[in-house]
Amino acid sequence: MRMTLLAGLVLAASGSGAHAATPASRFTQDPYPSTYRAIGSGPVLLANATVLTGTGERLDGADVLLADGKVAAVGRGLSAPEGATRVDATGKWVTPGLIDVHSHLGVYPSPGVKAHSDGNEMTAPVTANVWAEHSIWAQDPGFHTALAGGVTSMQILPGSANLVGGRGVTLKNVPSTSYQGMKFPGAPWGLKMACGENPKRVYGGKAGPATRMGNVAGYRAAFIDASEYLKKNAPKPQQPKRKRWWERASGGEGTDSGGDAGGKRDLKLDTLAGAINGEILVHIHCYRADEMTTMLDLAKEFGFKVAAFHHGVEAYKLADRLAQENVCGALWADWWGFKMEAFDGIQENIALVDRPANSCAIVHSDSDEGIQRLNQEAAKVMANARRAGMGDIAPERAIRWVTSNAAKSLGIAERTGTLEAGKMADVVLWNQNPFSVYAKAEQVYIDGARIYDRNDRSRQPVSDFMLGQEVMP
Amino acid sequence: MKRVRRTSLPSSQRTLGSTLISPSKAEEKAEATAKWVPAFAGTTVKALAVAIALASSSFAAFAQDVLIRNATVHTAGAQGTLKNADVLVRNGVVQSVGSGIAAPAGATVVDANGRPLTPAFFGGITEIGVEEVSGEASTVDAAVTLTDQPMRPEFDVTLAYNPASVVIPVTRVEGIGFTLLAASTGGSFIAGQGGVVRLDGSADPVGPRALFVRLGAGASDLSGKSRAAQWMLLDQMVAEARGRVPVDSPHALLTPAGRATLARYLAGNGRIVVQVNRAADIRQLLRWAQRENVRIAIAGGAEAWKLAPQLAQAKVPVFVDALADLPADFDQIGATLENAARLDAAGVGVSFSQAGDASHNARKIRQLAGNAVANGLPWEDGLAGLTRVPAEAFGVGDRVGTIAPGKLADLVLWSGDPLDVANTAEQVWLGGRAIPMRSRQTELRDRYLQQAGPLPRAYSK
Repeated sequence: MRMTLLAGLVLAASGSGAHAATPASRFTQDPYPSTYRAIGSGPVLLANATVLTGTGERLDGADVLLADGKVAAVGRGLSAPEGATRVDATGKWVTPGLIDVHSHLGVYPSPGVKAHSDGNEMTAPVTANVWAEHSIWAQDPGFHTALAGGVTSMQILPGSANLVGGRGVTLKNVPSTSYQGMKFPGAPWGLKMACGENPKRVYGGKAGPATRMGNVAGYRAAFIDASEYLKKNAPKPQQPKRKRWWERASGGEGTDSGGDAGGKRDLKLDTLAGAINGEILVHIHCYRADEMTTMLDLAKEFGFKVAAFHHGVEAYKLADRLAQENVCGALWADWWGFKMEAFDGIQENIALVDRPANSCAIVHSDSDEGIQRLNQEAAKVMANARRAGMGDIAPERAIRWVTSNAAKSLGIAERTGTLEAGKMADVVLWNQNPFSVYAKAEQVYIDGARIYDRNDRSRQPVSDFMLGQEVMP
Repeated sequence: MKRVRRTSLPSSQRTLGSTLISPSKAEEKAEATAKWVPAFAGTTVKALAVAIALASSSFAAFAQDVLIRNATVHTAGAQGTLKNADVLVRNGVVQSVGSGIAAPAGATVVDANGRPLTPAFFGGITEIGVEEVSGEASTVDAAVTLTDQPMRPEFDVTLAYNPASVVIPVTRVEGIGFTLLAASTGGSFIAGQGGVVRLDGSADPVGPRALFVRLGAGASDLSGKSRAAQWMLLDQMVAEARGRVPVDSPHALLTPAGRATLARYLAGNGRIVVQVNRAADIRQLLRWAQRENVRIAIAGGAEAWKLAPQLAQAKVPVFVDALADLPADFDQIGATLENAARLDAAGVGVSFSQAGDASHNARKIRQLAGNAVANGLPWEDGLAGLTRVPAEAFGVGDRVGTIAPGKLADLVLWSGDPLDVANTAEQVWLGGRAIPMRSRQTELRDRYLQQAGPLPRAYSK
């Protein structure tokens, strides 16, 4: 379903998940709606560039026309409309804006002081009730350095301490005083879950889980509650049976205290029910192949779909299954060894996950440094694949790891992530082939507005925090 | 709680407690890779690797004579970069560098086809060989925490070095030949000693020891919650080491062994590597080093560029984290990607170090250099930062860090510009030995590169 930006805004304002064809259920109503408005801009023609469209195509000597916040056209010899700014992109490359599906900017911002440590609600193993957006400090200077790296959208997730960490939110990387001003209009929320070592380490000395089997029992208990909640909140064709007093809310953690539809809301179960419904996309921090297969079975058990496994250093061991089940792998190029479940990391992980037909490999960062260089991370993957005898992965394919595949996992692929007419004009102009340590984003456009320009200081945002830090007498 | 050590772990995991702070495609590829080695034409790299493995296991010290022809030789030394040049290796040592060198009888000849040949790189300041899995304490020996008498400069982490660590081959096949094995901060801001290790499987460090010290916010919990006390404590330890405090003083911070160790550094033997970021702390450090007449190096140095002329004058090399451009804490407000370039322009010796998991990510150090170059550091100086500068800073420049007659033949042939992540190491030689380009990670890769057969993959090895 293609949707204009305006329609997206209207829907977002009324509290809808725009990717869903139907109005949002009560699980995904948004009392904290996006107030994002594109910065106005005249048409822009990026002329005579090497264009990677994000759809798998490469066009040499091509133009990209941005108008009314949208990609208006991509092709050779486009004529600039009246009043258009013409940018000579000869020798330069144009790609869709980069998208990071795993960031903690704003919730673990710089400076990394205790007062800013808002990413992990480490008070209970299931905190599906918390929303990462409520922790976001929009003044994190990391947003701006990510912008200089060509990142136009990102998902901000809660941390991985908990089995269910809470809701993630997708942002447009525009400077704002509030997260609402960055909130990607109509993007679905993510649900952050975590496998393995982190939850058991954090809760092992408390009330548990202390083991991986405890982790799985914890997910199951939460989804059993959510399934009940969903049942109770389903539209009832006939008059509901009158409840007896002993059937009322049994109380205790994780139960729906309201009972019937229209009863008291449970924020935790709202989120989990939204995930079962498919309105909230499930993103799971999971390193080991065996744990990923457990999570795929868990998803079947409770009828939800896994949008992406994150980190997945062993994803290469089940690349075929991920592709078959249409699950994305959001991965690092080379991180490994910092804990036991990361011991089997290899530098060809992304290339191997990318290899099967219908795969969805994504380069993610989970780092305020890595998010600035997603293009370099992808370049490493290409180099290692070549050395491993996997052949040359073409730039037009690799760019999907940081654009269209990422957009797909976030449920925003119909709006951004490729340079197709009608898509949001989220675009990067690179000084050269982006898959190099020497590549630099020269200009970054979000909804058609030049939001960053390496050669124009008036288009380089500075966080309130950084203001005046260098003032000397 | 101990101060988190690894600030650039996945940020979601930063606050998770104190322990983690902090005939197949393979064959095709083998043939493709083998093309540049005419001596082995027709064989596969796997076969070649086996041959090398056999050779090296039976003759551990044996180094075959090698002539590498037609390379772009980046010597990182006096000869600069030589195009279409040859490097002759005999008995594990570079014998000559030039053009038209004849192959001695029995020498292996490698045609580089113009590709870059460099000295084997420096892997940074790491815990390689004393840390297998960061989050598993039983595999980590990098730091000492003793409660009774925590100040232990005599602690020597190289005694824990395990040359069989899987981290070593993983690092080595990426073109890294040596690293500065560091004592990490544990129970004291004086972390203890480390030294340079070559990643050739040898068991012992080379060159002098270095002493590791951490200053600033990162260690204020270890100095009574004030960085000012770091100078107070240092001054006291110096007084003890210089014999100005009676050995039986009830206030002594150091053991007799600690006094002897610190005295060696105060006498100019070995470098003190100081992890410090804030310009004000670096200013104090420079005064202290001048007053005490010790040789220092700075690791991190996010704001070092603010004191570039003073650092150049004092000949203090700086090991910058060239990817650090955020105010990660209040000691790094002035962090900039131009740190390396600005220091270099002022004449400071610039090398690289990482704030994150430097050991497992040691191979990432090329990316630091490349980004420094992308942000204004001259390419040759970026290369020097990965080779000559660290080798000279830690007293092993007579053996490694440059390609020159008499130096150890620690060499790497690259697929292209080695400072660009778009390229990889194709062959590594350490002490003239062609290193098997295999690691636990390439074995895992090769197992899963193949399509699954009738038997589980556990049978493919």
